[in-house]
Amino acid sequence: MSGLYFGTLAVLMLAAFFAVRSRAQALANVAAAPGMRDVRYSLHSLPIYHGLLAATLVLLPMLIVFAVGSPIVIKMAETQALARLPAEVVSDELSRGAALRDLYNILTGKFQGEASAQLKGAAEALRSATSYGNWIVFAIGVALAAAALFFSIGHVSSDFRARNSFERIVKMVLFACATVAVLTTIGIVFSVLYETLRFFFDPALKGRPTVTDFLFGTEWNPQAALRADQGDIKTAFGFIPLLTGTLLITLIAICVAGPLGLLSAIYLAEYATPSFRAWAKPVLEILAGIPTVVLGFFAALTVAPLIRGWGESFGLDIASESALAAGLVMGMMIIPFISSLSDDVINAVPQSMRDGAYALGATKSETIKQVILPAALPGIVSAFMLAISRAIGETMIVVMAAGLAANLTFNPLDAVTTITVQIKTILVGDQEFDSAKTLAAFALGFVLFFFTLILNVIALIIVRRYREQYD
Amino acid sequence: MDAIVANPSSATAAAHVMPGSGFKVSARDCNVYYGEKHALKSVSVDIPDRSVMAFIGPSGCGKSTFLRCINRMNDTIPICRVTGKITIDGQDVYDQSLDVVQLRARVGMVFQKPNPFPKSIYDNVAYGPRIHGFAQSRAELDQIVMTSLEKAGLLKEVKDRLTDSGTSLSGGQQQRLCIARAIAVSPEVILMDEPCSALDPIATARIEELIDELRSNYSIIIVTHSMQQAARVSQRTAFFHLGTLVEEGETGHIFTNPNDKRTQDYITGRIG
Repeated sequence: MSGLYFGTLAVLMLAAFFAVRSRAQALANVAAAPGMRDVRYSLHSLPIYHGLLAATLVLLPMLIVFAVGSPIVIKMAETQALARLPAEVVSDELSRGAALRDLYNILTGKFQGEASAQLKGAAEALRSATSYGNWIVFAIGVALAAAALFFSIGHVSSDFRARNSFERIVKMVLFACATVAVLTTIGIVFSVLYETLRFFFDPALKGRPTVTDFLFGTEWNPQAALRADQGDIKTAFGFIPLLTGTLLITLIAICVAGPLGLLSAIYLAEYATPSFRAWAKPVLEILAGIPTVVLGFFAALTVAPLIRGWGESFGLDIASESALAAGLVMGMMIIPFISSLSDDVINAVPQSMRDGAYALGATKSETIKQVILPAALPGIVSAFMLAISRAIGETMIVVMAAGLAANLTFNPLDAVTTITVQIKTILVGDQEFDSAKTLAAFALGFVLFFFTLILNVIALIIVRRYREQYD
Repeated sequence: MDAIVANPSSATAAAHVMPGSGFKVSARDCNVYYGEKHALKSVSVDIPDRSVMAFIGPSGCGKSTFLRCINRMNDTIPICRVTGKITIDGQDVYDQSLDVVQLRARVGMVFQKPNPFPKSIYDNVAYGPRIHGFAQSRAELDQIVMTSLEKAGLLKEVKDRLTDSGTSLSGGQQQRLCIARAIAVSPEVILMDEPCSALDPIATARIEELIDELRSNYSIIIVTHSMQQAARVSQRTAFFHLGTLVEEGETGHIFTNPNDKRTQDYITGRIG
């Protein structure tokens, strides 16, 4: 049905476009004919704009009718079909859902076993009501499109401002797209916020912590509140060990990636020959394309045992899953973010800056340290912030290499866990979001979001404060 | 001014003078190649001390290329190759033993587009003295910065906002800041590559006045597309065409009675 609908839509749009454009073209030809050079006949808008406007006027009402009509049709058809079933089936939401699934299975021939006559009747009602409703939607859509088509043909005239109207529509479409993106962000934030508030304040929830317990507690053990009959067990939703774990791993990652990334960017941008740069930069960027799950088992199977081996030779006892292994590999992961972006901003510093410094007798390294890096600083800070955000949000590497133990420690040789890993651990395998354990994931998500937001704000302030603008 | 009176006024005559005899900068048989392209062909010229020499000619004639040979800015272009001899006070600029950092401290440069560093006005001027270690104390550095800004005619306009960014100034002020930055290193020669082409007429007039004042202390070489500007600020003028130095001599002579037909055609607007 929707195939027919959109096929008709396409045909009508094309018809509207070509009909209206050729009509406008005919008017334009008259105006351009020899001896007819008369302003009264020349078109305000080019024929193509008349055509585009007509096609849009056909498209929009048909789309709206479909978007609004289809759900209504489905809802009404399902209501009619369910009315034919016994009341006890319809009253409960779960059995209603199961009945609907049965009906759709009968219609698509996937129903297992022999359906009762009552079910078959209901299925038949569902089918006919849906089909009936779809035809009505189709009729309304085509009627509106036809009306738009005739309206457009009738409106082709020399002073009709088709271009302005079309551009206004384009602007509205762009605005709508931007709005969808912004609203999605706001929607996500509010849904996470809502679940977070439930986690802290829903009285029906067993074992929920207070906000203070969560933010300042030093023990994290969500498994304690797994089952409803364990309600009296002291739960542990202290978020501090996760925070220190996250910060520790991020810090190690930045200590690895910061110097390596920035210095390689300086080399690539200022010292490397063009031919070396031409292949070295893509190779570095490939590093960013390695799936983190691959880096994760590289960390767990190669780096962690290596570190453990080294530790043993120095007489150090290193956990086989350590923050150091995860941090090192995560550092490798974010090197390309820092090096590639920094390389771009260093290259964006105008050549005139370098010339100015060289002409004063500055050496290459003086020029880089004192002129180029300060000028590129805002971009470099953004590169670091992006890399830190990536590191904080990274999950797979930590799951594999740093373990799940929520130790409150700053020792990089211990196993630690991070906020993202706990979110993943809590939610894997669970379908119902009504225990304190699962809702804790939303609280963690909210805190994580809040932290990255703060980071971005700090970055913005740094960039504003130390921006050295060149022009 | 004495140097001009004392010296012969055509390129051919100047070629007889040995390098280092009374001239600040001398070039002999200077060639520049950009890869395969022969951009500057056998240029020989002498530039007197404490005066302004203008290089004129159509775009791509090699005048900026030659200018950039004098402080070896062409070194930064990998495919560029320079042959011949350029001396400053008799010392070969392309001598292996010469340190390019010291050369550039002696030869300042001002570019076509004002290019102040994205630093404060003070730091812009202090940059050169700092990297060369000219000042032992903050007071000494302050002194250099103030004197340089004063000489560049900018001090009165910026003395209350030395901590503002150099890029916050107007185009003409930025160019004078770049001149102050060059002066702060106490160069002997100042190269100016079309210093007024990005400026409005009023800012241009300020820069030209400034060049005229600076003439008493420095040897100045200015590349310009404006023949009026060359006539206004320079004592000597050299005309470049298609990579060769066509004619060089006293400015008044070049503009009123050139020896070469090509110079005549250029200054009357028939070529270029």
